[in-house]
Amino acid sequence: MLKRAQALFLGLLSPVIALAMAGNVSAESATRQLNMPQGVTEVSQAAYDIHMIMMWICTVIGIAVFGFMFYVMYAHRKSRGAVAANFHENHVVELIWTIVPALILIVMAIPATTALLKVYDTENADIDIKVTGYQWKWQYEYIGEGVKYMSELRTSQDEIYGRAPKGEHYLREVTEPLVIPTGKKVRFLITGNDVIHSWWVPDFGVKRDAVPGLFTAAWAKTDVPGTYVGECTELCGIGHAFMPVVVEVKEEAEYNEWLAGKKAEVAEYASTIGKEWTFDELMVRGEEVYERSCAACHQSDGNGIPGVFPALKDSPIALGAKEGHIAVLIDGVAGTSMQSFADQLSEVDIAAVVHYERNAWGNDVGDVTQPIDVLNYKQGQ
Amino acid sequence: MAHGPATLADGWGKYISRWVFTTNHKDIGTLYLWFSFAMFIMGGAFAMIIRAELFQPGMQLIKPEFFNQMTTMHGLVMVFGAIMPAFVGLANWLIPMMIGAPDMALPRMNNLSFWILPFAFAILTSTLFMEGGGPNFGWTFYAPLSTTYAPDTVNYFIFGVHIMGASSIMGSINIIATVMNMRAPGMTYMKMPLFVWTWVITAFLLVAVMPVLAGAVTMMLMDINFGTSFFDAAGGGDPVLFQHIFWFFGHPEVYIIILPAFGVVSQIIPTFSRKPLFGYSSMVYATAAIAFLSFVVWAHHMFTVGMPIAGELYFMYATMLIAVPTGVKVFNWITTMYRGSLTFETPMLFSIAFVILFTFGGFTGMMLSIAAADMQYHDTYFVVAHFHYVMVAGAVFSGTAAVYYWLPKWCGRMYDETMGKVQFWIAFIGFNITFMPQHFLGLAGMPRRYADYGLQFADWNMVSSIGAFMYGGAQILFLFNVIRTIGWGKPTDDPQVWEGAEGLEWTVPTPAPYHTFATPPKVK
Ligand code: HEM
Ligand SMILES: [Cu+2]
Repeated sequence: MLKRAQALFLGLLSPVIALAMAGNVSAESATRQLNMPQGVTEVSQAAYDIHMIMMWICTVIGIAVFGFMFYVMYAHRKSRGAVAANFHENHVVELIWTIVPALILIVMAIPATTALLKVYDTENADIDIKVTGYQWKWQYEYIGEGVKYMSELRTSQDEIYGRAPKGEHYLREVTEPLVIPTGKKVRFLITGNDVIHSWWVPDFGVKRDAVPGLFTAAWAKTDVPGTYVGECTELCGIGHAFMPVVVEVKEEAEYNEWLAGKKAEVAEYASTIGKEWTFDELMVRGEEVYERSCAACHQSDGNGIPGVFPALKDSPIALGAKEGHIAVLIDGVAGTSMQSFADQLSEVDIAAVVHYERNAWGNDVGDVTQPIDVLNYKQGQ
Repeated sequence: MAHGPATLADGWGKYISRWVFTTNHKDIGTLYLWFSFAMFIMGGAFAMIIRAELFQPGMQLIKPEFFNQMTTMHGLVMVFGAIMPAFVGLANWLIPMMIGAPDMALPRMNNLSFWILPFAFAILTSTLFMEGGGPNFGWTFYAPLSTTYAPDTVNYFIFGVHIMGASSIMGSINIIATVMNMRAPGMTYMKMPLFVWTWVITAFLLVAVMPVLAGAVTMMLMDINFGTSFFDAAGGGDPVLFQHIFWFFGHPEVYIIILPAFGVVSQIIPTFSRKPLFGYSSMVYATAAIAFLSFVVWAHHMFTVGMPIAGELYFMYATMLIAVPTGVKVFNWITTMYRGSLTFETPMLFSIAFVILFTFGGFTGMMLSIAAADMQYHDTYFVVAHFHYVMVAGAVFSGTAAVYYWLPKWCGRMYDETMGKVQFWIAFIGFNITFMPQHFLGLAGMPRRYADYGLQFADWNMVSSIGAFMYGGAQILFLFNVIRTIGWGKPTDDPQVWEGAEGLEWTVPTPAPYHTFATPPKVK
């Protein structure tokens, strides 16, 4: 039956598949993966193995049960002259089909348990990375290294809304991927900043909810360098589909070089914070930050979404005192989805975006907001 | 008019007041069924919007904000507006007739429990037109997305859920009271048709868990408006608490949806096999066992939330156990067919498809119960496929089977068999084209509730959307066939309607008179 259904099914689909391939989606980029990936870690392999075992058990039971059913439907139909028997119970048979499945399950429980133990084996990690879910991006912090950054979608709004052709890595590319070395046990400490997100890398077999106020641990260790793409898998608002996870696994030496580079960036940034920025420099940088971090809610034209996200154009805060405006970004607005950006954006970025909001879309306040203003506000707290 | 219902011939005023003030179980059953069909069409329209947007990668038709409202409303309307009221409608029509009672035990409450429902759904859907839009946090409305981060209209949503809950609780109390008190002499519990049994057990589940849902939304209400922090980590609360409460309601809820469907196919398969149901008493015990287990497995929806391993193991083992009583049911249905004398009228076709596709959904359920594998499946299209196999090919197929099966008894006219079969095949094929590829999508890594997706998922999404339009079309045909039957179908007055039908409802005249069993029948 399964075979027949499958053949029928594929037959029905063939024109549709042809249609799909002829569409504007390039056929090469559309991999036709049907099964769970085996992945590159012990955990993903364990998940795959137990998945396959379950699938085969279900297939065998399915063939037996449906095969019998189809036989009955063929052989005992009235049109072939079948006359109904009149039995309606048989304790032996009923006992057998209660006990046998129960036994199968008990046997299944053994590999299921060992696989789960592997998932939970988070002790003795070489590297700890804190993963925080934000609406709608990920923050990675290398604990003890002083390195921390945001990883956001790089695909442009134009590609999403069909105003530009979609690139090869559509929705699978980020500003800065997470980087880990081969051969080391990396532990992820996962939490959420605002709503619940979920951090999933299929090739690692890691999926963990990022719950505000809770830390959970997951781990990965792999010898295969490469780029692995995952997703956010817990509904987290409008940007849910637009916060992919990208992990790059590098050879250890390369990783160390990368980490040293990141540390140098941190040191260099500290020296730019006191610099005076010009009005125009801030506008340019501010627009970039705004598009990346603010436009999803307040919209590119500053008009917000009525009833959900307030407009910034002509808003009393944007037109009022600079300190009040900075305060909203640093502290957030309690009880609303306006979160604190103190941890997400650097002082320079906050200054730039405040400056931009005060001077874009006809908000002609005309003042200049410097990083030092932001720093002063933070220190004054 | 003391007896007999008002018809249109008596004027619109009388006709409308008949339906508004009716306490007749058949009228109320009819109201429930039409209401649920209207909701089914509305929820279906939302699904069509979702599938149209997902036809290709990129955002073409709607914005992500509206997409989230559509997924949420689709789920809520289908679960609470379409499936649950449909089975309450069947219960109203059939339970009194099956146990030889003149009506439900609490007829006025029956009227109330129906008539508050349209208000609940009017309130809920009106939010779509309000500033801020409708609920956008998924039918599972996880906090804090549904509290701190929700649009203000969430308060209407909460009010709507409260009303639905009150309606369900009243409906179930009524069913329990009816079955306990109004069985005809000789109708012992172990003689009751299986549909009655599954409904009594369902009613107990409802009475137990609807208050839990009410508690969850009340806590949300407090968090949103009165400064409490049940689910707010910043105030010392816990978002995971919400999930435990929700799923303590939510898992029994999925059995609330499927148990009456089990009852329906347990009536239909024996009729068209011309042979009594195999293993009646084990069916009753299996239903009770499933109901009991449904209370102790809820956290299998939360395997990725970071529970301690002992919790994960317990919920995994408990969930695996459900397969045993579920298997017993499937084996019983098939053995009922074994050595029967089978014919394949439309209700039987839908019932057989139910057995096959529901079992398929049970297989994926078993796979999902394995926690380590669920870490890969969870919140992907694999889960979407799983629950549509059990809820659509389960509950909706069995509801359709029920309408075809009992409609001639209700209105004294036969439906068109050819049209019924055509509808079946379009629905069956459309359903599988829609949801089979979603297994592949999920395994390949596509998360659920995504407004947009990477190019690697393009092919199967397109296939799935085409199947969805096909399945949607089948429902229009269904509506047409039902209206045609009621208005113009071939009249019949054979009480038994189907050659192999057994049970009290087939002993009353066809069409069933407005009042049946005013004097109770004797059951041997
Ligand atoms: C053998 C029986 C079944 C087993 C072992 C089973 C197991 C599961 C598991 C483990 C999940 C969680 C998957 C995840 O989110 O990662 C799930 C989801 C679900 N199941 Fe089942 N299931 C069974 C039958 C049913 C039935 C009969 C129904 C309803 C008619 C049902 C409806 C659902 C729904 C609605 C969800 C998804 C809820 C959501 O997250 O929105 N299941 N099932
Ligand atoms: Cu469940």
